[in-house]
Amino acid sequence: MATPTDEQIIDELGLRRERARSIYDHPNLIRAASVLCFLALWEVYGRRSDPLLLTYPTAVFWAAIQLIRTGELLRQAAVSLATLGVGFGVSIALGVGLGLLTGRSRVAEAVLDPHLNALYATPQVALTPLLMMWLGLGFAVKVVIIFLFAFFPILINTTSGVKNVSASLVEVGHAYLASERQILFKVVFPAALPFIMAGIRLAVGRALVGMVVAELFTAITGLGAMLTLYGNLFETAKMFVVIVVFGLLGVGLIRATQALETRMARWKETERANR
Amino acid sequence: MALNALEQQALTDLDLSRARPFRLADRLGAVRVLSVGLLILAWEIFGRDVNPLFLSYPSAIARATMQLLTAGEFQRQALGSLQVYAIGLSAALLLGIALGLLMGRYRLAEYILDPYVYALDATPRVALIPLLLLWFGLGPMSKIAIVFLSGLFPVLMNTFSGVRTVSASLVEVGRAYGAGERNIFAKIILPASLPFIMAGIRLAVGRALIGIITAEMFAAVTGLGALLIRYSSALATDKFFVPVIFLAVLGVILSHAVELWEKRLAPWKETERAL
Amino acid sequence: MLEVRQLSKVFFEQNDPSKPGLVALYDVSFSVRKNEFVCLLGPSGCGKTTLIRVIAGLIQADRGEIRVDGKPVTAPGRDRCMVFQQFGLLPWRTVLGNVEFGLEIDGIPREQRREISRRYLELVGLHGFENYYPHQISGGMQQRVGIARALSKEPDILLMDEPFGAVDAQTREQLQEELLKIWSKTDTTVIFVTHSIDESVYLSDRVIVMQSRPGRIKEEVRVELPRPRWEGDVKADPRFAELRARIRESLRG
Repeated sequence: MATPTDEQIIDELGLRRERARSIYDHPNLIRAASVLCFLALWEVYGRRSDPLLLTYPTAVFWAAIQLIRTGELLRQAAVSLATLGVGFGVSIALGVGLGLLTGRSRVAEAVLDPHLNALYATPQVALTPLLMMWLGLGFAVKVVIIFLFAFFPILINTTSGVKNVSASLVEVGHAYLASERQILFKVVFPAALPFIMAGIRLAVGRALVGMVVAELFTAITGLGAMLTLYGNLFETAKMFVVIVVFGLLGVGLIRATQALETRMARWKETERANR
Repeated sequence: MALNALEQQALTDLDLSRARPFRLADRLGAVRVLSVGLLILAWEIFGRDVNPLFLSYPSAIARATMQLLTAGEFQRQALGSLQVYAIGLSAALLLGIALGLLMGRYRLAEYILDPYVYALDATPRVALIPLLLLWFGLGPMSKIAIVFLSGLFPVLMNTFSGVRTVSASLVEVGRAYGAGERNIFAKIILPASLPFIMAGIRLAVGRALIGIITAEMFAAVTGLGALLIRYSSALATDKFFVPVIFLAVLGVILSHAVELWEKRLAPWKETERAL
Repeated sequence: MLEVRQLSKVFFEQNDPSKPGLVALYDVSFSVRKNEFVCLLGPSGCGKTTLIRVIAGLIQADRGEIRVDGKPVTAPGRDRCMVFQQFGLLPWRTVLGNVEFGLEIDGIPREQRREISRRYLELVGLHGFENYYPHQISGGMQQRVGIARALSKEPDILLMDEPFGAVDAQTREQLQEELLKIWSKTDTTVIFVTHSIDESVYLSDRVIVMQSRPGRIKEEVRVELPRPRWEGDVKADPRFAELRARIRESLRG
């Protein structure tokens, strides 16, 4: 007689039952209910409150429509994103560059390390007034502030990634007559890439904080400046629009870097899973 | 490992000169000291030539420090900042750990709360400062709120993922020994997720410091942040560096303190990692 | 063709560079003929790995010299190629990419190195695995990649540092046999580090027995078993048992 299949055994034992329904089968329903309840309560309570202090969801929605229609939101967002892009780009370039240097050379590390540590220990935001004094209130100062916020996670992760590259892989490079340059680009950099990507993921959130801080204080252009402006005008609904945009930006940027990270470090992920 | 007689003999035969040729890599401590010393020296020399409205120099900063300390103004403001910081951070730790445990252990709580937690975690908290100032005024309450919000999410997220990582097998051990839900919580889940919680606290300590300084700078009324704004608008660069240095030292002390605390609370983790 | 003359190497303490920590090699001399298969055998700490790394040019000796075809060598070179104990594969490269690595460093054009690599992968029996990543294949297969990578450079001397130490016993025997087959088809000289007596006798023409503290040569044992050794059961040959017993005795003494 043929061995019965799993299905047959289940039927024979009468185990084919409907599983009891559980509220956990649809977590998104719970989430949606939670959010809807919250919004409804906010709407009801918010309408009764002082509009100068608290707003309510529909008011925020109409404010958003208005800000989009006048083009203000998109214009300021474009300014913010441009600054963020440049500042973050500089952070990546310098963070990875210096990280490779301090990770590879112990002398370079000894020279740079004390200064970098001191700068890292200082809450970077405390330096903004000085930077504004030096660089004015324009594009440059914002880029520098974003850079200061985002640079360190990238630098620290790159350095530790490079130090983690196993000596035996570097030795393989030497055995196959690779030059220092080839070892850096064909062995060390790819091996450290997962660490570097993790640093970039950490840094993107901090870059966003840097952007907000820079724009709050310079208060001339960008989404952060809108926040200061509408705060002074007591237009709470418009402030909420900007905060929501920041939230969406945060989620979007973090998601994007996460996706990039898994893509670029695929061999690492599966390697870990296999162990 | 001591050399045996044969090895000693071999060494004498080989007559390897004991002194290695001078290598910078053997003198890293000296390189560090030299690097810092040179920078301070250069700063002192060149800083004197720069317009004092833009850059100060070490001896001027030392003088300014003495001056501020004897006047007592600095201590008063620092104390005010620290009080607000302590209150806000304690609240953040308590609520963060509690909510993290709740969300990690109960799926219903997770699904109800996680939309807000993820959204707020991704939103730069500094963007909330104008709104909080609007709501709570320029007094300590708005600052406590920002410290609280800055510290809350790192602790909450880490606690949550800590509880999630507690392996089902450990909980099973508890069940096998007849532990009830309370005991499982107190004797298994809490200690097992402690290292994660501590890592969250370490992050929170730094974030909350950034939060309070930013808020104080923005409101510009009291606290160290207000001093930064006051001195920079008065173009008193020598005084400006006093709170900056204080904050850097404070940041280092706090993170070291948390690390020490971490080692005491979860010493088993260290050895486990080393194994 | 390879001469090792009075080689000595001392390792110093990491945190005190003036304090000697270990005399890894002391006055080691031997020579290897072209197309010879030589095993360096000894307990851990006898300096065999240090020795092969000095020959590879990866570390410098403190005294003595190494000559290949009469010319002294101190750095890695085209004439020698190394197969590593832990395979030394680059985990982000595919099997094919790993074999190509050495050729790529030499600046050989893409199409050509593709073709060479495929040929050597076929030789080690990995046809069809070109696009796998190292972590997706077994340890034995990973070391075949390592061997293909070394062979693709067509070195005069193949240096193998306990290449089969990290694979299971069955795979190990299979790899030994395949290595002998590949070697018989080429005129490569092989220097093979191992701590297995059986492996050394089965593979080599000559076993150099080493001892530790200080690391030095104890004696050289000629292995005059008939080749090819993969046909029939050479391990059942009484001469095999004799050699094994003799080397074991030497290691013990």
